[in-house]
Amino acid sequence: MYKILKKRDLNPVITLMEVEAPRMAASAKPGQFLIVRAHEKGERIPLTICDFDSSKGTVTIVTQVVGASSRQICHLNEGDSFTDFVGPLGEPSEFVHMSGEKLSGMRFLFIAGGLGTAPVYPQVKFLHSMGASVDVIIGAKSSSLLIFEEEMKAVCNNLYICTDDGSAGRKGLVTEVMKELLEADGLQKGNQHYKCYDHAVAIGPMIMMKFVTLAAKPFGIPLTVSLNTLMVDGTGMCGACRVTVGGKSRFACVEGPEFDAYQVDFEEAMRRQTMYRSIETEADHNCKIGLH
Amino acid sequence: MRNKIPRVPVREQDPLVRAANFEEVSYGYNSQEAMLEASRCLNCKNPLCVPACPVSIRIPDFIREVEEGNFAKAAEIIAQDSSLPSVCGRVCPQESQCEGSCILGIKGEAVAIGKLERFTGDWSRENGVKFTDKAPLNGKKVAIVGSGPAGLACATDLAKIGYDVTIFEVLHEPGGVLQYGIPEFRLPKESVVKTEIENVKALGVKIETNVVVGRTVTIDSLMESEGFSAVFIGSGAGLPKFMNIPGENLNGVVSANEFLTRNNLMRAYDPSYDTPIYVGKRVAVVGGGNVAMDAARSALRLGAEVTIVYRRTEKELPARVEEVHHAKQEGIVFRMLTNPVEILGDEKGWVRGLKCIRMELGEPDDSGRRSPVPVPDSQFDIETDVVIMSLGTSPNPLIASTTKGLETNRWNCLVADENGQTSRKGVFAGGDAVTGAATVILAMGAGRKAAAAIDAYLKEI
Ligand SMILES: Cc1cc2nc3c(=O)[nH]c(=O)nc-3n(C[C@H](O)[C@H](O)[C@H](O)COP(=O)(O)OP(=O)(O)OC[C@H]3O[C@@H](n4cnc5c(N)ncnc54)[C@H](O)[C@@H]3O)c2cc1C
Ligand SMILES: Cc1cc2nc3c(=O)[nH]c(=O)nc-3n(C[C@H](O)[C@H](O)[C@H](O)COP(=O)(O)OP(=O)(O)OC[C@H]3O[C@@H](n4cnc5c(N)ncnc54)[C@H](O)[C@@H]3O)c2cc1C
Ligand code: SF4
Ligand code: SF4
Ligand code: FES
Repeated sequence: MYKILKKRDLNPVITLMEVEAPRMAASAKPGQFLIVRAHEKGERIPLTICDFDSSKGTVTIVTQVVGASSRQICHLNEGDSFTDFVGPLGEPSEFVHMSGEKLSGMRFLFIAGGLGTAPVYPQVKFLHSMGASVDVIIGAKSSSLLIFEEEMKAVCNNLYICTDDGSAGRKGLVTEVMKELLEADGLQKGNQHYKCYDHAVAIGPMIMMKFVTLAAKPFGIPLTVSLNTLMVDGTGMCGACRVTVGGKSRFACVEGPEFDAYQVDFEEAMRRQTMYRSIETEADHNCKIGLH
Repeated sequence: MRNKIPRVPVREQDPLVRAANFEEVSYGYNSQEAMLEASRCLNCKNPLCVPACPVSIRIPDFIREVEEGNFAKAAEIIAQDSSLPSVCGRVCPQESQCEGSCILGIKGEAVAIGKLERFTGDWSRENGVKFTDKAPLNGKKVAIVGSGPAGLACATDLAKIGYDVTIFEVLHEPGGVLQYGIPEFRLPKESVVKTEIENVKALGVKIETNVVVGRTVTIDSLMESEGFSAVFIGSGAGLPKFMNIPGENLNGVVSANEFLTRNNLMRAYDPSYDTPIYVGKRVAVVGGGNVAMDAARSALRLGAEVTIVYRRTEKELPARVEEVHHAKQEGIVFRMLTNPVEILGDEKGWVRGLKCIRMELGEPDDSGRRSPVPVPDSQFDIETDVVIMSLGTSPNPLIASTTKGLETNRWNCLVADENGQTSRKGVFAGGDAVTGAATVILAMGAGRKAAAAIDAYLKEI
């Protein structure tokens, strides 16, 4: 079950895997995620569905090592199997429900931060196949952490790269590049006319999505973010994933993970992500139940 | 003349010892105790206990076999009506069902029907007694959504009469609430739940875990492209409610479902598992049902001081009497007529307390229950590190929203008649998904009725 057919290290901390999951491959849509368990005693870890091929019956995941469970996942090899692999979960991206006719006239801007490039890819690929025009900004700490550059180039109109240290693309933050693009948007420069972006999507670390949201707001462009909250079941049963959106508590696993960025309470979302990190560092590492 | 002895008490783990472990609280009867208790039953000609059991187990008949030491025969009698005796014997609210109607209960103490059923189930498991008689396959496939008691009961009955049955379950372990909700100390997972599920599989029932019906597959795709002639939905009522009071999204506020799922399904109490759980030093549990008791007693076992906060009085507590009694013995504090109005946080966004208001019981409402009303100016704070919300659950709307023509009511419950027939031809439903949160045995009863209705329907087409 759920055999790893291919494994490729994209860089020292990010690994791509193609996993056998025919039922999921046949039903997945851009914007959705899955939950995986690496072994019998493992945690249930949510990961974005980064690609899927229904003819081969495979689903692609890209995992970044941040803690124990993600490390276990990345340590599995080709030929190994996941104990559990469930999905697709969550609502597909909104544009999946739009007609091809409508999409072919639309222009999208994607802002991807670090690992966020992986979940952005299936969305860009889908929109490209529907005839939409898509520009993508990828930001990373340094060139060695850039992923999916070639794949992305093949499916987008313009790709803008920026790194914190200037080791690839321009030196700077995604928000700066985004601002420039949005400022130039709709302008007539010489004989070149910039069309307006219809919609922007930002996926990356919570803090990056927060700053993109702040920076995009003055431009009035519709902005979607994908929230990587804590999750347990991923089906609406526990409420671990709740986030405040538009003043209301919502379950990211069933009502999201994508939400209107301007409605999200990012401060709360970032704090809630740390719920178990603080006990894991406060208490001794072998004491998981918070007894002091 | 029957034995006029008092009800045989059941041996239990010492409250002080068990408050620090997850082993089972009640040891159950041994053979002598069971035979002795069985000798109290009057074997009534018109037994009042039987109609009070939602699956109509032939109670006096199985008890007579227990009395005579024919435990395998007793198990066989129960198996005709229930596939989960070791589960129901442990968790049924017997005091309001079978035992609640036992004739002996009028003047004295009812026969311990639940304990005898548990004994019989446990005995047959320990002695390898299995009931795997079944008709040859009839070539028709039935899909079942959810592996809780409703789904398991429906699958059992259909497999016995020759259907090719597949259960689709979203979680990684089958069992529904038996697996993720009810804790180990009331219902052991390896010995009891797993074995009873193995018995269902031994009838040829296939269980496919990690399938979200509504996303991975849909009811329509199962019927149109996978050759299932009928579907039974037993997807339960798993969606937790919150109070919508300020502070509910602070770090340290969790639903009882999350707390119990981490601890039961994900075995957080066992250090060899990777699952984290946070209990702090003090835990407040809001609510008064079985779920609240289970969350409270689990938190206690993880080392916290635990307070239950409930807005009515002890008399109205919806939890089983036995659970409340056990919780008190173990040292859980009950604060009745108390309702939270706000959860208080510290400067870092973690829970530090619960702002409550005192309540009093007002005039009876339409349902005849006296509803609690706040006492003016009676607010006070309870200091706590964790708040567990246990306010009830409702059915998940996912299946209804992804299946054409499946009717629901305003509580998101699937609409089905007493045989489980929904508004969609060939689609049946039962258990908590139809009734809202109820009991294991009612869910099993609904699964069995639906199995009969599915059989009738498939014979006709
Ligand atoms: C819808 C969704 C899609 C995701 N997609 C991807 C993906 O494609 N690739 C990928 O590498 N990661 C993805 N994540 C994040 C991934 O689930 C977490 O990195 C992982 O659970 C961390 O587990 P750990 O045991 O390795 O780290 P831990 O030791 O548990 O924690 C390390 C850090 O990660 C945070 N964290 C822990 N659990 C989660 C969690 N469930 N979600 C978010 N942060 C968490 C902690 O607060 C801490 O800061 C996604 C999360 C969600 C909710
Ligand atoms: C903590 C707790 C304690 C309880 N204590 C008692 C007690 O002592 N006595 C008693 O009689 N009752 C008790 N109950 C109630 C009892 O457990 C339930 O009434 C009973 O389990 C309902 O059975 P069910 O089969 O309808 O649903 P469930 O047991 O909820 O099972 C439903 C199953 O369907 C699965 N599912 C849901 N949606 C999908 C989907 N889309 N695709 C695939 N699978 C899906 C779920 O994961 C689950 O496994 C308790 C409940 C809880 C939560
Ligand atoms: S199934 Fe429950 S109600 Fe029926 S006899 Fe057994 S314990 Fe009593
Ligand atoms: S009502 Fe009581 S005494 Fe009569 S048959 Fe049932 S269990 Fe026995
Ligand atoms: S992860 Fe449990 S409800 Fe969303």
